[in-house]
Amino acid sequence: MGISPILSAMRRNKFGAILIATQMAVTLAFLSNALTLIEHRLAWSGRPTGVDEANVFVMMSESVDHTGDAAAHLATDLAALRSLNGVVDAYATNDFPLQGGGWAETVQLTADQQTPSAFTAYYFADDHALHTLGLKLIAGRDFTVDEIAVRTENDAPPVSGFIVTQALALKLFPAGNALGKSIYVENTAASSPIIGIVDRLQGPYTGATGLTSTFAENSVLAAYRPIGESSRYMVRVEQGQLAGVMKSAEKKLFEIDDNRTLRSRSMAELRAQAYRGDHGLVVLLGSICAALLIVTAFGIIGLTSYWVAQRRQQIGIRRALGATRRAILSYFQTENFLIAAVGALGGIGFAVALNLWMVRSFEMVRMDNSRAIGGAVIMLLLGQIAVLWPALRAAAIPPALATRGG
Amino acid sequence: MDHAMFAYYFRLGLRSLRRNVVLTTLMIIAIAVGIGASMTTLTVFRAMSGDPIPRKSHRLFAPQIDNWGPNKPGEQSEDQLEDQISYIDAMALLKARAAERQSALYLTQLFLRPPDPKQKPLKVAVRAASSDFFSMFDTPFKFGGSWTVSEDDNRTAVVVLTRDMNDRLFGGINSVGKTIRLDNEIYQVVGVLDDWQLIPHFYDLNIVPFGKIDELFLPFNRAIDKHMVNVGSTQCKSDVQAGWEARLRSDCVWLQFWAELPTTVDVQKYRRFLHNYAAEQQRIGRFNWPPHTQLRDVMQWLAYRHVVPNEVNILLLVSFGFLLVCLLNAMGLMLAKIMGRAGDIGVRRALGASRGAIFSQCLIETGIVGLAGGILGLALTGLGLLAARSLLPKEFVALTHLDVADVAIAVSLAVVATVIAGLYPTWRAAHVQPAWQLKAQ
Repeated sequence: MGISPILSAMRRNKFGAILIATQMAVTLAFLSNALTLIEHRLAWSGRPTGVDEANVFVMMSESVDHTGDAAAHLATDLAALRSLNGVVDAYATNDFPLQGGGWAETVQLTADQQTPSAFTAYYFADDHALHTLGLKLIAGRDFTVDEIAVRTENDAPPVSGFIVTQALALKLFPAGNALGKSIYVENTAASSPIIGIVDRLQGPYTGATGLTSTFAENSVLAAYRPIGESSRYMVRVEQGQLAGVMKSAEKKLFEIDDNRTLRSRSMAELRAQAYRGDHGLVVLLGSICAALLIVTAFGIIGLTSYWVAQRRQQIGIRRALGATRRAILSYFQTENFLIAAVGALGGIGFAVALNLWMVRSFEMVRMDNSRAIGGAVIMLLLGQIAVLWPALRAAAIPPALATRGG
Repeated sequence: MDHAMFAYYFRLGLRSLRRNVVLTTLMIIAIAVGIGASMTTLTVFRAMSGDPIPRKSHRLFAPQIDNWGPNKPGEQSEDQLEDQISYIDAMALLKARAAERQSALYLTQLFLRPPDPKQKPLKVAVRAASSDFFSMFDTPFKFGGSWTVSEDDNRTAVVVLTRDMNDRLFGGINSVGKTIRLDNEIYQVVGVLDDWQLIPHFYDLNIVPFGKIDELFLPFNRAIDKHMVNVGSTQCKSDVQAGWEARLRSDCVWLQFWAELPTTVDVQKYRRFLHNYAAEQQRIGRFNWPPHTQLRDVMQWLAYRHVVPNEVNILLLVSFGFLLVCLLNAMGLMLAKIMGRAGDIGVRRALGASRGAIFSQCLIETGIVGLAGGILGLALTGLGLLAARSLLPKEFVALTHLDVADVAIAVSLAVVATVIAGLYPTWRAAHVQPAWQLKAQ
């Protein structure tokens, strides 16, 4: 059967058809945008930091009355941590990945550069840092023990060298020859050489939008040991010993000096906390998407059922005149397909427009056009699934109905 | 329409709805889930975008001074201004006393040794502020009061405690005159606040703006004198030498500043004052760019700093999109339902019911559906808020609860939206031709 009788029947039910098409268009627009955002946040929160996360934890120690020699305390703490059973290595840092915020710097290639070449996270590290974090050195070398300068609140000596991430190295030197080049970080009076490149180390920021999200993989490790009233130790343990070592490490540090506060967090805990908002958004948006699909499906079922009920007698007549059940079924399926196609076309346009507007107003991620087309396919399928039940009921109408009056 | 007619139509509506339970239930559910989803996010949004200090929000202003000039590093606000101010500028504004009240402020952390030796030392969030802070932000005092201007100038070791902190340290008694140890120095309590929370705490938006931050307060000049480190955000344009004095002399912006300006004349005067100050800085060669200053009141400041997270805006938008789909849905179902009763309507018309009567009757019927959907939607909103609270960071949703205004919004939104959605089906019902329908029977 051609589509012209379907069109002429639809003309008598204009409003219902428009309603379904509109509903599908709106559903598609919000669905494809919501899925785009869900996809982005899942990818964002699933990125590896580059750290051996399963076996690393961070300890934050603060000395209560700031008495004594902070540098000596730090050295004692680190020696104790490194000799602890189950500990692979440890070092002291200023910031750590998944922290949520931290030290950002600009990188310059010349001293008098007006616009910086890149933004980067700025970590302090010593000769134990790469081993502790489990970073992979892909070029150059690690720091040596005599390169590490002591950094305090009141003293920032020149830094002997930097280890940078591959992402930053390529950003600064796209030709791939970053190793050995000197860069200006923090201090535009003196540059220091890049002595090593690691494949990956995420900055401490976790926000999925905003400036910090644009340089999430740019990190500089500077050869400093931070000394101050509070210390942050990164500790790597042997496989499977995390929980035990976190406890024994706290006990050990309190034995050395109990005039302090200690907080320990595993990388897994930090990850859960850092992306709590993103995961919440994913679940809430996902639930709304599911509800959208269900509501739209019920709308189609409701209106089609009504049309079937309205046309019972005509369907009976068509059956009596020789139309097969299959023909009746395909009539409603084709009808729904036509409506859904119009809705999907409108919906693609609406989805793209909505996305552009949200990108401008709410830092929304840009939607790939394939998502709108994917959404359109989902709408067509949803329509066919939803129409099946009322269409089958229509096909089951006996031809004899034609002979009975109403 | 008189009262008796309304009651009659209401009964007719109920009866009609009962006749097709499936369609009615579907309609009510569609409206309820739409209302539930949109009210959940609307409640979160309203809590975040409300006026934190309604009586004074139009009198409190945050001045901004461009002390970086062109070629700023990093992401810039739309007007190319820093959102905090430097120590040099803060001191100049404090000294000028050009506003009725003013305060520079920042957040620091100190170790507190509780007076009771059995309690462990704890790290507390401390707000360094000028003495005007308390009167400017209308903080309620339970005991005592603010420190004086001279105590601030003399860097006196005095503190004001929040009620929570006083409960924790002193068991809630009047602790004015008692002492506590902060970073190994003795401070005297001069005041204890009563319950007080600004949502969001607009005066410092560098920390997650929805939650409690400050646990105790001490004089700004004391904090500077004792090198209390800023734990909020610090941004610097050029290199900074290490050390406290270098930080104070630097172009780093790390202080918040608020001024109270009661009248529009005061506001204009203050704008001129800021402009002249920046012009003077240009004249003496500290700034080599023309004056660029700004003055925003609380609500302007919140909008400028985009205090409502984009995620909440997007959720709000998506859930209202969902409500729209739910309403379109209910509209279709209503159309099906009303047109399915075209025969009845035809009979009623033939028996003398006017179009207006049919219209009102159907309108009341859709109103009932809307009301039921709204009430069920309210229950779903409660569930939605529970879900949001367990899913989102606690600062976002700890403050959200359904109040009377939310209930009123939800129910009226449901009824109005449903009635609007029902207008077309209702109009169609009123235009049923009595003769045609009877013939078809």
